[in-house]
Amino acid sequence: MTQSKTAVKPPTEDKRWRIVEATIRRNGAQGQALIEVLHSVQEVFGYLDDPSLVYVAKALRLPLSKVYGVATFYHFFTLKPQGKHTCVVCMGTACYIKGAPELLKDAEKTYGVKPGQTTPDGELSVIQARCIGSCSMAPAVVFDGQVAGNLSVADFGKKVESMLKTPTAAVPA
Amino acid sequence: MTPEELRQSAEAERQKSHACKHILGVCCAAGCQSMGSDKIKDALDKQVKLKGLESEVNVKSVGCLGLCAAGPLVSLESDGKKAMYQAVKEADVAEVVEKLGKAPVKRLELSLDIPFFARQQKIILENSGVIDPERIEEYFAAGGYEALIKALTDLEPAEVIDAVSRSGLRGRGGAGFPTGLKWATVAKAAGSRKYVVCNADEGDPGAFMNRSVLESDPHRVIEGMIIAGYAVGASQGYVYVRAEYPLAIKRLKTAIKQAEGKGLLGDKILGTTFSFRLEIRLGAGAFVCGEETALLVSIEGSRGMPRPRPPFPAEAGLWGMPTLINNVETFSTVPPILRNGWEWYSAIGTEKSKGTKVFALAGQIKNTGLIEVPMGTKLRDIIFDIGGGVPDGKKFKAVQTGGPSGGCIPESKLDMSVDYESLREAGSIMGSGGMIVMNEDSSMVDVAKFFTEFCMSESCGKCVPCRTGTAQMYGLLEKIHAGEAVKADLELLKELCDLVRTTSLCGLGQTAPNPVMSTLHYFEKEYTSLLKDGPGKPAAAR
Repeated sequence: MTQSKTAVKPPTEDKRWRIVEATIRRNGAQGQALIEVLHSVQEVFGYLDDPSLVYVAKALRLPLSKVYGVATFYHFFTLKPQGKHTCVVCMGTACYIKGAPELLKDAEKTYGVKPGQTTPDGELSVIQARCIGSCSMAPAVVFDGQVAGNLSVADFGKKVESMLKTPTAAVPA
Repeated sequence: MTPEELRQSAEAERQKSHACKHILGVCCAAGCQSMGSDKIKDALDKQVKLKGLESEVNVKSVGCLGLCAAGPLVSLESDGKKAMYQAVKEADVAEVVEKLGKAPVKRLELSLDIPFFARQQKIILENSGVIDPERIEEYFAAGGYEALIKALTDLEPAEVIDAVSRSGLRGRGGAGFPTGLKWATVAKAAGSRKYVVCNADEGDPGAFMNRSVLESDPHRVIEGMIIAGYAVGASQGYVYVRAEYPLAIKRLKTAIKQAEGKGLLGDKILGTTFSFRLEIRLGAGAFVCGEETALLVSIEGSRGMPRPRPPFPAEAGLWGMPTLINNVETFSTVPPILRNGWEWYSAIGTEKSKGTKVFALAGQIKNTGLIEVPMGTKLRDIIFDIGGGVPDGKKFKAVQTGGPSGGCIPESKLDMSVDYESLREAGSIMGSGGMIVMNEDSSMVDVAKFFTEFCMSESCGKCVPCRTGTAQMYGLLEKIHAGEAVKADLELLKELCDLVRTTSLCGLGQTAPNPVMSTLHYFEKEYTSLLKDGPGKPAAAR
């Protein structure tokens, strides 16, 4: 295969960049693939840091402002690294009226983190989701990629505790 | 694959299925899966092997069985007799296998005669909970891709559009635009290329119909899209699906690969001259991308900001080319319409709203889950008969339909028939089909505040009324909720609602005031009782 003349090198030697490069190639390095490529970077590295945004901009020949604009417009993309364990509390309508705000309050009380924050030791991130579509099990929470439903505050506390004791985080969904 | 080969494959699959005396279907949609249904499937497989029953018993994964509240669900078909097991645990597996061919295990049995099952009419969900969503052969055996064969070999594109028009099908994304008319507009539009786009960006909180269809019967959506491509003259399609639905994405990817492998996607489909390709595009968590013009720019890789219409996407959509956008449920309805005829479809439902609609029941209701009922069913029947009413002896207060664009409907309106016009008259919308039931404990002001916060943070920021108006509305609602507002604030809120509704650029802003206006209309007392100078408050408090 012939390499494109303006082949841009990834920011680090990390082999995982090959997955991102494959996504770029598959889309012919066209600007319209921006969202697909950002998804690919986030899937591999967990978040979008500045060097990766610069790289994506160069590889797709887009202004950095456009890449930054898209990365910050969509809630799914995160520019900050996540904690070792993540706990996504659904705040969709059904979960909201069935007590999801209480779960968030509990997380704040116990671990001192508000939605969108990570504990200082980098162990736990608490995220608030718009709706994960598990409304029939409201309130629903995703613990390290595993959905659990019909949670009371007590259930929630126990789940978070046991998740934090699990040595390595499951692969984020 | 030729049509003959497809039919042979379907027949072989049917024979294989008849050869088994017992079929155990384990629900593997997201709801039951999160309650551990895949472990139950493994345990059933093991137990069947242990007892040496592999030739008689077929244990398979199936799509959503509907009653998520009672999961994990296992369906059972023994010598033609059907039954359902609820809340199955691994410990129950041995007994379930033991009792095959005998009377079902009583303590696990969930009667199929309860209104939840008996009152539904399944068209879109006909295969959900019946076939294995990851096997194209089972979709063939259920009559899948027959509609595509009929369209490609017997019908001219104009005849396909005619059938869709006459069926009376209207857009299931919520607005209810006549589907046939949309198809005809795209077919007529001039363009060197045309596109078909499926909107699977189910962003309304409280709605999970599309997720379930994609997880349970992905081929149905693909078939509908290929037929649409043929009808309007497009050779490329995109499914824009939420990144928040990993299982749906996985199943859809599998289904696309299978369809490509069988020659149902790609060049010269079924040996005809028609070619059609399908790609998935992932959303990235922006509610506004459910709006069609925003969705299109998102596929093009930009921020999802709507643009004024006209021109409508039917004339200038993706990359300026004529583009057909329909919702998952709309595409899913097309194959049965072609298979059974438009006359059959148009006989279901009401005069103006034909067919069936899938609803997601959630909130303070006993039978949470997914249902499909004919248009025109009474709201009261859906909530109290099928849904089983409000649990814990609490009183019903309101049902919220249409998500952040919809409204809250009170008890006094429950005898209304569910169709596009009636819901609009009641100050709500059909929306994509989420229904969230609230009991007497829910504060309507709080609910209005919740939705306004949602619209405020999901506003794309392009037009001023939506960007600033929703923020001001939220501020006022917070003030009212905190008991710090006076009558003038409430008047201002009403005025703002009207302004945001009439002057916003897209559907998000135009409908953002609905939750506030509908709760104000039906539950104004809840607002006024929170005012400092409201009725019954001593003058000194002012």
